[in-house]
Amino acid sequence: MLGLGADLLWADMNRLLGFLFHQGVLDEHFLQLHHLQDESSPSFVSEVLNIYFHESEKLLNNLRSLLMDRDFSDYNKMAIHLNQFMGSSSSIGAKRLTTVCLAFRAATQHSNRPGCLRALEMLQHEYCYLKNKLHELFQIEQQRALAAAARYPLQNNQ
Amino acid sequence: MSLIHVVGFGLKVGHLLWVPCCLIVSFIYLNWFNCNLGINHNHNCSNNNKWKMGFLGDYDGKVWLNNWWEKNLGNTCKQYYYKYNSLRRSWWRKLWHAYVVFWIVISSSRFLHMSSEATEKRKESLVSLCDERARMLQDQFNVSMNHIQAMSILISTFHHAMDPSAIDQKTFARYTERTAFERPLTSGVAYAVRVLHSEREQFEKQQGWTIKRMDTLEQNPVQEDDFALEALEPSPIQEEYAPVIFAQETIKHVISVDVLSGKEDRQNVLRARESGKGVLTAPFRLLKTNRLGVILTFAVYKKELPSNATPDERIQATDGYLGGVFDIESLVEKLLQQLASKQSVIVNVYDTTNHTDPIAMYGSDVLGDEFYHVSTLNFGDPFRKHEMHCRFKQKPPWPWEAIHSSVGMLVIAVLIGYILYATVNRMFISEDNYNEQMELKKRAQAADVAKSQFLATVSHEIRTPMNGVLGMLNMLMDTDLDVTQQEYVRTAQGSGKALVSLINEVLDQAKIDSGKLELEAVVFDLRAILDDVLLLFSEKSQGKGVELAVYVSDEVPEQLIGDPGRFRQIITNLMGNSIKFTEKGHIFVTIHLVEEVVHSIEVEPQSTSKDTLSGYPVADIRRSWEGFKAFSQEGPLGSFSSPSSELVNLIVSVEDTGVGIPLEAQSRIFTPFMQVDPSISRKHGGTGIGLSISKCLVGRMNGEIGFVSIPNIGSTFTFTAVFTNGSPNSKEGRSQQINNQPHLASSEFHGTNALVIDPRPIRAKVSRYHLQRLDIRVELVSDLDQGLSLITNGNSAISIVFIEQEVWDRDSSISLHFVNNTRKVDPPKLFILVNSNSSFRASSVNSGDPFPVVITKPLKASMLAVTLQRAMGVGNRGNTRNVELPSLSLQHLLRGRRILVVDDNSVNRTVAAGALKKYGADVVCVSSGKDAISKLKPPHQFDACFMDIQMPEMDGFEATRRIRELEHMASIEASMDADGNNSKLRVPILAMTADVMQATNEECLKSGMDGYVSKPFEAEQLYREVSRFFPTS
Repeated sequence: MLGLGADLLWADMNRLLGFLFHQGVLDEHFLQLHHLQDESSPSFVSEVLNIYFHESEKLLNNLRSLLMDRDFSDYNKMAIHLNQFMGSSSSIGAKRLTTVCLAFRAATQHSNRPGCLRALEMLQHEYCYLKNKLHELFQIEQQRALAAAARYPLQNNQ
Repeated sequence: MSLIHVVGFGLKVGHLLWVPCCLIVSFIYLNWFNCNLGINHNHNCSNNNKWKMGFLGDYDGKVWLNNWWEKNLGNTCKQYYYKYNSLRRSWWRKLWHAYVVFWIVISSSRFLHMSSEATEKRKESLVSLCDERARMLQDQFNVSMNHIQAMSILISTFHHAMDPSAIDQKTFARYTERTAFERPLTSGVAYAVRVLHSEREQFEKQQGWTIKRMDTLEQNPVQEDDFALEALEPSPIQEEYAPVIFAQETIKHVISVDVLSGKEDRQNVLRARESGKGVLTAPFRLLKTNRLGVILTFAVYKKELPSNATPDERIQATDGYLGGVFDIESLVEKLLQQLASKQSVIVNVYDTTNHTDPIAMYGSDVLGDEFYHVSTLNFGDPFRKHEMHCRFKQKPPWPWEAIHSSVGMLVIAVLIGYILYATVNRMFISEDNYNEQMELKKRAQAADVAKSQFLATVSHEIRTPMNGVLGMLNMLMDTDLDVTQQEYVRTAQGSGKALVSLINEVLDQAKIDSGKLELEAVVFDLRAILDDVLLLFSEKSQGKGVELAVYVSDEVPEQLIGDPGRFRQIITNLMGNSIKFTEKGHIFVTIHLVEEVVHSIEVEPQSTSKDTLSGYPVADIRRSWEGFKAFSQEGPLGSFSSPSSELVNLIVSVEDTGVGIPLEAQSRIFTPFMQVDPSISRKHGGTGIGLSISKCLVGRMNGEIGFVSIPNIGSTFTFTAVFTNGSPNSKEGRSQQINNQPHLASSEFHGTNALVIDPRPIRAKVSRYHLQRLDIRVELVSDLDQGLSLITNGNSAISIVFIEQEVWDRDSSISLHFVNNTRKVDPPKLFILVNSNSSFRASSVNSGDPFPVVITKPLKASMLAVTLQRAMGVGNRGNTRNVELPSLSLQHLLRGRRILVVDDNSVNRTVAAGALKKYGADVVCVSSGKDAISKLKPPHQFDACFMDIQMPEMDGFEATRRIRELEHMASIEASMDADGNNSKLRVPILAMTADVMQATNEECLKSGMDGYVSKPFEAEQLYREVSRFFPTS
């Protein structure tokens, strides 16, 4: 039974991943990230993602506060933040976020305040979406790991 | 008529004025603009309003403006500009209207002036005419009057003073008749004597008739011919009488008529005797003639009176009255007839004694001009006043002259004005057009850039996932798959590779379009590249049974500097095309120096068409470079006449015996996306941009590409390319160059002699070329017999014999004979050169020992070397260079290395560290450039450093520069210490960047980096970069 559950979870995960790939939320770099995870660093992906979320939240807050400063928006600073955000997003393979960052950066370069606000909104939305989806993915992953762990003795018994 | 003349003249003058006007206007215009532009430059555009001044619409300003407003003001300036333009236009229109109105005013005032002048002149002439007439009339009248006065003296002298009188009626009549010419104005003269009532009876008796009264006479003036004196009544009793006693013949009827009885005459007579001067009557109808006339009366006195005598004395002294009848009408008429221009002038004479009612004396009622002139006439009678009125018969004519000149002037002025206006208008229009076109051009350029960018982006975006797909497929291949699955995966991989190469082509095209294509300049070995390309196509050519050969001239230096990748791309493309369309025969790549080829043109003008690699006829190679510019320049050697320079001019031709290119398609073969026939792409695939890319690449190598193609015979593509000589000293010669190829193990075969038996010289030449690369001396013969004689009799010991399959197969008995005979002496190794494995009929050969070794073409030096080594037992030293899988070798390379990763972004840092750790490296991470500098102090503990370029505070370039400075100082110290470990003094630094476009290779190299890798890592790129620093152990 548990083995079957693990398979189902695999399928779920793949479906979710496929969906995210299809939607363009993620790209192959996300998979490459997974390849980097091996016995020597079993929780590499989740570590990286945790750092990513932590950093991103900070960056988002900074961006928001910079933009909210109505009189004096420091676009250069925003561009630097966005570069960071973009770099980390592309590293984990969050493609849509990268794209939004690009648009955001273009808006900052033109000092286009409404554009920036819109982009920030989109960025937040995408970020939340990604975070939710990845959390979902991780939950499945954990369940699968549990299931797989539960399965090993069975295999050994056979 | 004259109006037309004037207009024509106006047109001519307008035409003449046109050019200078245009010049002046444009000159003013430019000056105006320049001044304003200068002002704008000086003011550094700080003031918007200045712009309004400056935009007098020349494109320099506009272009400059384009750059300017994009940065600063956006559309505001543009709006100003257009606003000002329209403002200017309406201003011009107003000016035009004002101009027209001004000229209308000018010309009408001129018209008025001229016509008034004409009227004045007319008036003057009338005045002079009138005065002249009046004077003449007056003079003539005075002459007559004087004569009559003289006559009165005559009468007083000869009638009254003599007794008996010397004059009777008859004498008087005769005298007056004969002196009538003296009085041209009088129609008759009569003398009336003063008779008192007391003397009447005596007088009547003496004369024999009674005094008659005049009244009745006056009442019926119309009776002319049947006029009878007897009908007149005798005069009533009066105080005194004045009966006419003498009369001229013309007025004889008035004799005996009492002048005093007529009312007018009586007045006259009374006034005459009182004044003693000539007195005139008012005009009246004359008796008998019924014409208007006046009577002039003079009194005749008894004695000479003093001039101051009183009227009474005069009356007392009166003896009689002399009257002259003036026929005014005929008189004036006669006078006028003597004068010129009598037709044009109407003359009226009035008696204006009574001002309120002037009496017309002469003149008709004909209506003339309303303007008239009045001259007074003085007939010597102060009591009577006369006037002469003159007017022109015709109305004043239209002032044509004034009309013509003013209209002509207006026409000319308006024409000139219109020309100017039209010029200015046209200038505006062309300016507008210009602006519009600039706008369109800008848009088109933007669209072009966008297109290229789109292509580049999209291609890049497609390439990234494709790499993923290919990588995954690669990995999939390594897993445990059954045969079918493997087949599927291979197919998928093939398609994927095809797609990637297609995308690469499109990307190349886009790069070329946007001018971003840059050629490398690295040292490369041309022959090795050709070997690679040959290998690439050998499978295909063998499958088709097409012979593939490469020949590189000995003159071509071993090492060239240029872009090997692009060169290879051109060759690959041309060969790919050839192999696509060739089903039989051969594909032959030759590379020469241009100088050689040019000389060969001179030496051998014609070669036999049969002399080709496979025996099939080919298109004449020389015709393919006919169009090259460099060849046609100044003589046959043209621009290639300087062999001593460092530049190497290569001419490469790819010759095939394929279907050829249809003549109608030959002209557009280098056009992108153009194929001979849509069906071709279905049959053979490809996008059709390969040739266009090749052309661009050749152009970038300062070369030219051309081709000649004959349908069903074949095509030959030829291109030239300029490289730099990479060999340190090309004069050293061939042997040196050969020795530079360690991997071919050429030294093993040094001094070996070989014999090539081949009937076709070109093919033999190709074989010799490859053998010579292995430092084998080669003899060529055309058939087995010659070969045999050479082997048995030759001086040099021939240890290897290459026999072309064709020769071998021709006659097995001869072949056998050859084998047997060669065996007698020191048996050389036999090799058979075959085109493809399948076509060689091994069965036909006697399977004796030694069985000739079969070498499958295409020949390649490396392959030949291996075969020879194997066959001849030269030590096999495992020369094969198996290229390991990148990831494996990466692990190999990186294992145990200490690597520093510098990145401010913790996520990137973690990922990079993870990736490097995976390959076995020992990774340390820092998060800023400063930390990196502190970690990287020579002597280094790290083997390499991966540095992010974009970092806050200190970016990658800056950090690298500082590290390099430190290293430099350290190396100076080390050289002083003289025991420095040099390998620890310079750490390789690789840039990491997410944006490849942003950090070009040059920038990295400039700041002292050794290369760059893209983020996230890609295994192959990483391998390529890393392998440059870590020698494979």
